[in-house]
Amino acid sequence: MSRLNEANVLVAKEIIGRYPRARSATIPLLHLSQQQNGYITDDAIAHIAELVGATSAEVLGTCTFYEMFKMAPVGKYLVNICGTMSCQLLGADELMHHAEQTLGVKAGGTTSDGMFTLEHAECQAACTEAPNMQVNYRHCHRMTTANFDELIDDLRAGRLDGEIPAHGTLARVRQQIPADKAAGVASPDAPVVPAWMPEAAQ
Amino acid sequence: MTTTEPSAANPATEAEAPPPDPNAVQITINGRPHTARKGQLLIDAAADAGEYIPRFCYHERMTPVGKCRMCLVEADSGRGPAVTVSCMVPVSPDMKVDTESPTTKRMQEGILELLLANHPLDCPVCDKGGECPLQDQAFSHGPGESRMLEEKRHYEKPIAISDLVLLDRERCILCDRCTRFADEVAGDALIHFNSRGNNTHITTFPDEPFASYFSGNTVQICPVGALTAQPYRFKARPWDLSQQESTCTSCSVGCRTVVQSSRDELLRYMGVDSDPVNHGWLCDRGRFNFESVKSDQRVLQPLVRSGDEFQPVTWNAAMAEAAALITEALAAGGPSSVGIIGGARGTNEDAHAWARLGHDVIGTPNVYAQMGDGLPNGLLAESPATIDEAANAATIVLLGPDLKEELPVLYLRLRDAAAKRRSRIIEFAPKQTGLTSYAWRHVAYEPGTQAAAVAATLSDADVAAQLAKGNVVIVVGRANLAESSAATIAALNEVRAAVPGAKVLTAFRRGNVVGALRVGMRAGTGGLDTRGMLQAAADGKIECLVLLGADPLADFPDTNLARRALKAVPRIIAVDTFLTGSSQHANVVLAASAYAEKSGTHTNLEGRVTALAREVTPSGSTRADWMIAAELALELGTDLGYSSVADITAAIAENVSGYEEVTSASAAGDGVLAGAPTDLDAVEIPLPAVPERNAYEYRLVVSRVLYDKAVSTAQSPSLAHLAPGATVHLHPLDLERVGTSAGSEVKVSGTRTSVVFRVVADDTVLRGTAWVPFNQAGPNVGELIDCFAPVNDVRIETI
Repeated sequence: MSRLNEANVLVAKEIIGRYPRARSATIPLLHLSQQQNGYITDDAIAHIAELVGATSAEVLGTCTFYEMFKMAPVGKYLVNICGTMSCQLLGADELMHHAEQTLGVKAGGTTSDGMFTLEHAECQAACTEAPNMQVNYRHCHRMTTANFDELIDDLRAGRLDGEIPAHGTLARVRQQIPADKAAGVASPDAPVVPAWMPEAAQ
Repeated sequence: MTTTEPSAANPATEAEAPPPDPNAVQITINGRPHTARKGQLLIDAAADAGEYIPRFCYHERMTPVGKCRMCLVEADSGRGPAVTVSCMVPVSPDMKVDTESPTTKRMQEGILELLLANHPLDCPVCDKGGECPLQDQAFSHGPGESRMLEEKRHYEKPIAISDLVLLDRERCILCDRCTRFADEVAGDALIHFNSRGNNTHITTFPDEPFASYFSGNTVQICPVGALTAQPYRFKARPWDLSQQESTCTSCSVGCRTVVQSSRDELLRYMGVDSDPVNHGWLCDRGRFNFESVKSDQRVLQPLVRSGDEFQPVTWNAAMAEAAALITEALAAGGPSSVGIIGGARGTNEDAHAWARLGHDVIGTPNVYAQMGDGLPNGLLAESPATIDEAANAATIVLLGPDLKEELPVLYLRLRDAAAKRRSRIIEFAPKQTGLTSYAWRHVAYEPGTQAAAVAATLSDADVAAQLAKGNVVIVVGRANLAESSAATIAALNEVRAAVPGAKVLTAFRRGNVVGALRVGMRAGTGGLDTRGMLQAAADGKIECLVLLGADPLADFPDTNLARRALKAVPRIIAVDTFLTGSSQHANVVLAASAYAEKSGTHTNLEGRVTALAREVTPSGSTRADWMIAAELALELGTDLGYSSVADITAAIAENVSGYEEVTSASAAGDGVLAGAPTDLDAVEIPLPAVPERNAYEYRLVVSRVLYDKAVSTAQSPSLAHLAPGATVHLHPLDLERVGTSAGSEVKVSGTRTSVVFRVVADDTVLRGTAWVPFNQAGPNVGELIDCFAPVNDVRIETI
């Protein structure tokens, strides 16, 4: 059963309430579902479609468009090693090779204990700190094989639990949006006067 | 002119130079001036000017998306020539367009080279080969060779995205036509792009097929061979097909089609874009039921009963036998002891010939084309609206059945009107319908309270204000077969009293029922309608009954009455294409030609008369209905004077009110709208008193769904299994009240008998009512319907 659980259905309804049109909540609900299960299941997609009033095919289409929504189980930690130019020049290939050896999986695979999924990634926008990698999208700069091993040891031992939550967790403090700031306060059908028009100032 | 005043002072000058059309935009296309319309897309303006711009994703009936980039041209709107996506850009004044410049040609070659980078070029084994826009445009606009050496994409082939449609993803060029159709036109967004970039492909959700009633249209609009239809796949090559334009007679919308065959075998129907009717779309039942025409279950020669068996006989013997039956009946009970039911299946000509045979030769007033499941035919006379008027009305009042199930393409037109916010729909229905989610107001009523529900809603201030805007069209049909049609008429009268100027579109369902009624298949003075005839028959007052393509056992709501009637009538003549439940009771079965085996004209629900083409030779020794009527008349000693379809078309134009303009020439293309009939009686049915519903009972709602046991569906192997089967649908809370669960069997008891159904939880059903689809395989709901009762209540118990 990987539909949204009861608590998350309440959260989902709160999220849907922020938007003038329910289907605008599709992506936030996909995040919510990934937070709950670590990945997105077909059941979750059907459930989200039900909640936002779209068809399952539409939600699936949206979900598969984004790489960070995983359609298959991934490890507790998703390790992304950057392979774009700066990182590659400064040893990304060696780092990847070492990671594969250490974790015992090829890029794209998940360790048998379900702890780590190793992936190739494109530029992570920190070229000055190359070579880079991310663990659950948290940056790790200037990686060497030594500090890679150290990082993996820390993660295995749970010493970084406070810093890096399990895959899928977006935020540990859920966003609170006051009702008068929600996007749905103004009707989407109401005419919008652009800010630069003189009428907008009145 | 120097003055800015309107020049009333000088009308002569004004006459010489009319004011410029405010909607005209002057542009130049390939050096030639052209007047386009304001807001018109460049690609359409160029087409009007005779310059066809190649395209894949653009479709006139859908929103442009600019996905394929094939329609790039050079357009100069004052800042020098710029590469422009002509399907996304509207014309602007003094725009200069070059659709043939060297740059345009280079871009077209480049786009085609890219589109073909992953296309498998398996044209020799592809069904689309020969009629493929990609193939054609690769020849006309392509570079001729490719620089791509890389491996192409590979996919599992083909995947069935529904029972009817197969998808070969490697052929797909991602033009977004099928997905746009599913979302925008059909409203069933069950197919969608999946993944991104080079991995993008079309999919359905796993285990949720593209089960749209309109899925076949995606095959027709696919610009490559990615989508193919199961019934046509690998059946023919396009260059072997012969074709004729015709009209679909699966329901009374009358969509324009092209009927295609090869070696005298029907192979495919395609929709033709008819602006007033179907906009190019067809429903799947209409598109794929050609299979029934070539079914091996067809009656191919006349049959005469001997004992319990039918013996095939010659036409002469069958005609003599049929004439003898009629003569005996006339001798035994006089003309009014003969009844003719049916005629809605055939052409106007068929119906007219049979009407003359019945009224003039036999002399009986008991002739009727409806099967007790429609509304009084007098409705046709009352300020009829066209489909276009309905789809452009400010307010559409729906007093009808679920149009998605009964008249699918009319549903598309009205859905489009509501979805694009041209019209507001006020729907009155005993159960939610396909249009409910698009309705501005949906009023669910319990059968028997329709008129009261209408009156209550019309007194609402918002509704009254909306109706006061004018331009109101009422779409009226029979929403519930288990309820007297008087209730619908009473509701209609309520609306018409509130909105005196409202026009009425009568949503009769059966193929040519409007044509049949108008050209004479209706009761004469003192005559009986179908219910009256069946009642008279059950009472032993009918000596001979002619079933003209009619199957009362399946189609008449009250099965018990139909069965008693067929049992009591001593002589039955069936004119039919199949041995149906009813025609098996016949003494003589006259084998009739089917759709596409005979030509003629057809009248749709708005009164539009269009042509029906004969594309294939009639099967076996079958004959068109009109020939059978003419010959039978001769056997009875009267010459109707008809020796060809054209003779009857001319006779109709001469004799039938409103059909003066109808000729075989005027019926071609979009056809001709017949004038309102002046010879139909106004509708007057007293509203019977509706009994209160006992709180332990459920009010029965029975209506049709698209796929049922009708022969055209049941004898088409691709469609037959799509019929859902008979089940009783209850609101989930009522299910609890009955003390049963979805999927269990319950006993449904009416006043006459009990029937056991499987029960389905369905929150589109109103509480206190039970909905059962009509004419489905399995237990027969018709056994529970008393067609004389104003409403039918049933008791539901667990077993």
